[in-house]
Amino acid sequence: MTYKERVDGRKFDETRKMEAKVGVIPNADGSAYFKIGNTAAYAAVYGPKNLHPKFLQDPSKGILRCNYNMMPFSSSGDRVRPGSSRRSKEISFVTKEALLPVLDLKEYPNSVVDVFIELPQTEAGSRCAGICAASMALADAGLAMKDLVAAVSVGRIDDKLVVDLDYNEESYEDGPVADIPIAMMPNQDKITLLQMDGLVSKDDLKKVLEMGKKVCKDIYEVQKKALKDRYGASK
Amino acid sequence: MSNELREHIIKLFGSDTRLDGRKLTEYRPVKVETDVTPNAEGSARVTIGQTEIMVGIKVEVMEPYPDTPNEGSIMVGAELLPLSSPNFEQGPPSIQAVELARVVDRGIRESKCLDFKKLCIKEGEKIWMIIVDIVTINDAGNLFDASSLGAIAAMKNMKFPEYKDGKIDYKKKTNKGIDLKDTPLSVTVIKIGDKFIVDPDSDEEQATDARLSVASLSDGTLCAMQKGGDVPLSVEDVEKMVDLGLEKGKELRKLVK
Repeated sequence: MTYKERVDGRKFDETRKMEAKVGVIPNADGSAYFKIGNTAAYAAVYGPKNLHPKFLQDPSKGILRCNYNMMPFSSSGDRVRPGSSRRSKEISFVTKEALLPVLDLKEYPNSVVDVFIELPQTEAGSRCAGICAASMALADAGLAMKDLVAAVSVGRIDDKLVVDLDYNEESYEDGPVADIPIAMMPNQDKITLLQMDGLVSKDDLKKVLEMGKKVCKDIYEVQKKALKDRYGASK
Repeated sequence: MSNELREHIIKLFGSDTRLDGRKLTEYRPVKVETDVTPNAEGSARVTIGQTEIMVGIKVEVMEPYPDTPNEGSIMVGAELLPLSSPNFEQGPPSIQAVELARVVDRGIRESKCLDFKKLCIKEGEKIWMIIVDIVTINDAGNLFDASSLGAIAAMKNMKFPEYKDGKIDYKKKTNKGIDLKDTPLSVTVIKIGDKFIVDPDSDEEQATDARLSVASLSDGTLCAMQKGGDVPLSVEDVEKMVDLGLEKGKELRKLVK
């Protein structure tokens, strides 16, 4: 068996359709919406603000807190029970670490920046969509950043290397699958999130990371355009 | 809330105007969209000015409650997401979220618009549980009315998935929806000083003395109420608030198909 063509007709190195918007939540200090295929994410940034309780404060720099949450009706299967799960806790944690390298929080000692990521709709790649939205929201909040963060899942389905796996591909059963969510700083070609499950050879991993690097630059352009649309900058 | 702001709000009311220039009984622009998120069995997005909420419906099949073996059920949940306001915190539902969910729930349940017997799959064994989840995207006041509108719009938009051999197949939606005999809607009337307003923004909510949510049907029958705020109301106050609630309910009902 080989994986001949993708169910939705995409090329193997093509992402699903993307949509990005900045400044979608007036109450937040920064906010954004990012949609890729049928997966959508809102992100809101509150802060930098004073951190309580006091013992959590770091006098040398501000801290970042991230929270990833699926809305109860977001899944294509059963309802998601409200509240955090082991899965959402881990994703929140890796999201924070994916975003921290682009931030400089030294100017904000004893403070906190809160990032809330909410998913109204999920169909594979939700952590990556959340990271894309969060990075735009941080920029919208006016925080000093070295780069944006763009994220996508790459992987292997049977004998093919692919980017941006959809739900059908994640659960492909006629051959081995590897799902590798990555996040990159597109201007510096640095990886800030890397997870993998499935089976893949070392050579394929190298190839597929290169594919991911390229696609993250496409995502970056979408993010940049959304920020420019918000702030009315010309080309 | 500062006393100065409250006094200013009350002073403006004297000349039938508000902080944002509206008349006392005027809503901000209200928009209702349905089918906004495809993974839900029914969904709606409501914006009232800068307030934005989403409602999504999922279903479960479960055993009926022992006292109603031939009736299905609904459950309304509300989450005041910390994403939507600096005043909302993470963690278990706050009392505000619980009250909001229960007021919306009663507005629908007690209207008797929904025939719970039609949600029965097999008497004594299997029923549909309809779960209506409200989430806030941006809170700029009046989550009560936005949620009530959104819940009804999403219920009207909802289609059951296929249920076969003891399993729900979410991929196969049937064309069967929920039969609603009427459109119960809730309007929340606020009392500040000696004036009554509808559709408070966040500042007006903070200045609230008392509020009354009035849920009604299209023929003007009341189907649920909830008083809030720590200032008492006279019977005359209640009458005025109910009248205003009914009048505005008619306007809002036009927005839900």
